[in-house]
Amino acid sequence: MFTHDFVRNAYLAGTFIALACGTTGWFVVLRGQLFAADALTHVAFVGAIAAAVVGSDERVGLFALTLAVAAGMATLGRRGEADDAVIGTVFAWILGIGVLLLAVLATSSAGGTGVAAANALFGSIYSLTPSGSRLAAVLGLAAALGVLLASRPLLLATLDTELAAVRGLPVQALAVGFLIVLAIVTAESTQAVGALLLLGLLAAPAGTAHRLTASPYRGLALSAGVAVFAVWGGLALSYAISSLPPSSAIIGLAGAAYAVATLLTRARRRQMA
Amino acid sequence: MNTQLSLNPITDLRELLTFPFMVNALEAGTIVAVLAAVVGWYMVLRRQSFTGHTLSVMAFPGAAGAALAGLPTGLGYYMACGGAALFMRRARGSIRRTYGTETATIATVQVVGLAAGFLFLSLNNSVLGGTETLLFGTFLGISRGQVLVLLIVALVALALIGLAARPLLLETIDSESARARGLPVAILDTGFLLVLAAAVAATSQITGALLVFALLVAPAAAAQQLTMRPGAGLALSVLFGLATVWLALGLAYFSIYPVGFYVTSIAFALFLAARLARAIRTRRA
Repeated sequence: MFTHDFVRNAYLAGTFIALACGTTGWFVVLRGQLFAADALTHVAFVGAIAAAVVGSDERVGLFALTLAVAAGMATLGRRGEADDAVIGTVFAWILGIGVLLLAVLATSSAGGTGVAAANALFGSIYSLTPSGSRLAAVLGLAAALGVLLASRPLLLATLDTELAAVRGLPVQALAVGFLIVLAIVTAESTQAVGALLLLGLLAAPAGTAHRLTASPYRGLALSAGVAVFAVWGGLALSYAISSLPPSSAIIGLAGAAYAVATLLTRARRRQMA
Repeated sequence: MNTQLSLNPITDLRELLTFPFMVNALEAGTIVAVLAAVVGWYMVLRRQSFTGHTLSVMAFPGAAGAALAGLPTGLGYYMACGGAALFMRRARGSIRRTYGTETATIATVQVVGLAAGFLFLSLNNSVLGGTETLLFGTFLGISRGQVLVLLIVALVALALIGLAARPLLLETIDSESARARGLPVAILDTGFLLVLAAAVAATSQITGALLVFALLVAPAAAAQQLTMRPGAGLALSVLFGLATVWLALGLAYFSIYPVGFYVTSIAFALFLAARLARAIRTRRA
C-alpha cells in the first residue's frame, strides 16, 4: 500500500499531526481546556469555509481564524471570565456565521461547495498534496517540540500557578503561548482529520495516558504513542476497507484505546480493593 | 423565496402566517425555545455546557444511524442523546476524578459519536446532502406530527423540571448540603441529564446538531448576567429564547440566508447586550 503517493503523504502528515495532538492534548486535558479546544476546532471549520468563499487557500482562513479566536480567549481568560457559557455562546455564533458562509458559497458558485464543507468538517487526509503533507509534518514536529521544550514550566504553571508566579515564571505568557500552539495544531490538523473529529485526537490519547500514568513524561510519551498508533492503524484500516472513512477509523481506534484504559484502571482498582 | 418585506408589519405578519409550513415552524420554534431556555438555565448554572454540547452533537449520529437502519429520524435523535447521557453519567459517577479527566471522557464520547455518524452517512451513500441539514438544521420541512411530538416531549420535560425545581436548584448550588438534607442527589443528577438529552434532541431537529447551543446557552447565559434570582432568571431566559426564535424565523423567511445564522446572531447579540448592561450597572454601583 506504500507504493501509492497519497498513502505516503497521508502517513507523513498523519504521523506528525498525531505527535503534535498527543503532546498538546496531554496538556489540554491537564489544564481542563478541552471545551476551549473544542471551540477552536469548530472555529477552524468556519475559517476553512470563509477561505473557500473568498477563494483563497484553505490554510489562510484556518490559521487566521483559529489564531484570532485563541488570542481572544487568552485575553478574556486573563480576567478569569472565559467560562463555559462564554465559550459556548461565542462558538455558537461563529458556527452561525459558518452557516451563512455556506449559503453564500452555495449561491455564488456552482458545485464543489458540499465537498469543501465536508472536507472541512470531516477531513480528507488522502487528498493531501506532497507539499501540503510536508508542511503539516514540519508544523506538527515544531508544535510537538515546542510543547516538550516548554513542558517543565508549563507543568508547574498548570499544577500550581501561585508557586510558578512566585518563582518568576511568566505564567500569563505561558498560557497565551499554549493557546497559540493549540491554535496552530488545530488549524494544521483540520485539513487531515477534519474540524469535527480533531477533538478526538486531542482528547482520547491524552485521556488514555492520564488514566494509565500520573508521571508527566511517561504520560506525554504514552499520549503521543497512542495518537500515532491510532493514525497509523486508522489509515491502514480505511485503506483495507474502502467504505470506512479514514477519520472515522482513526477516531474509532483512539476511542477504543481510551475504553481499554478505562477498563484497565477499573480492574486494577478492583484488585487493590 | 420571492417575498418582499413591506413597511407595514401587519401585512408582513399576515403573509408569514398564510403558509402552513411557516405556522408549523413558528409553533415548533416556540416550543423548542421555551424548553431550551428553561433546561439551559439549569445547565449553565450547573456548568455542564460541555456535556450539553456533546449531547447536542449526538443528535448527528442518532439521525444518521436511524436513517441507515430505516427507523424514524426523531427516534434516533432521542435514543442517541439519551444513551450518551446515561453513558457519561456512568463514566463520571463511578470514580472521583479531576475536571480535566472528566472532560476527556466527555470529549471522547463526542468524537466517537461524530465518527460513527460520519461512518453511517458514508455507508448510506449520502455524505453531502444530509450532512448540512443534520448539522445546521432546517425549518422548512416540519410536519404537524413533529410539532405534536415536540409538544409532548417539552411538556413532559418541563413538568419534570417543575416538579424538581427547588431540590434541583439546591443540588446544583450546594450538592453537599443537598445530600445532608437527604435529597436523592444521584437521581436528580441523572434525571437532569436525561431531561437535558431530551431537550437537546428536540431542539436539534430545528436548529441542527451544531447550533443547538444558540438556544440552550445564550438565552440562559444572558439571563444570568442580569439576575441571579431563579424565578426572574428563568422568565428572562424564556423571553430571550422566544425573541431569538421568532425574530430569526421572520428574518429568514424574508431573506435568502439560512435560519441558523439568524438564530445564532440574535442570541449572541442578546448575550452581548446583557453583558454590557451588567457592566454599566456595576460601574454605576
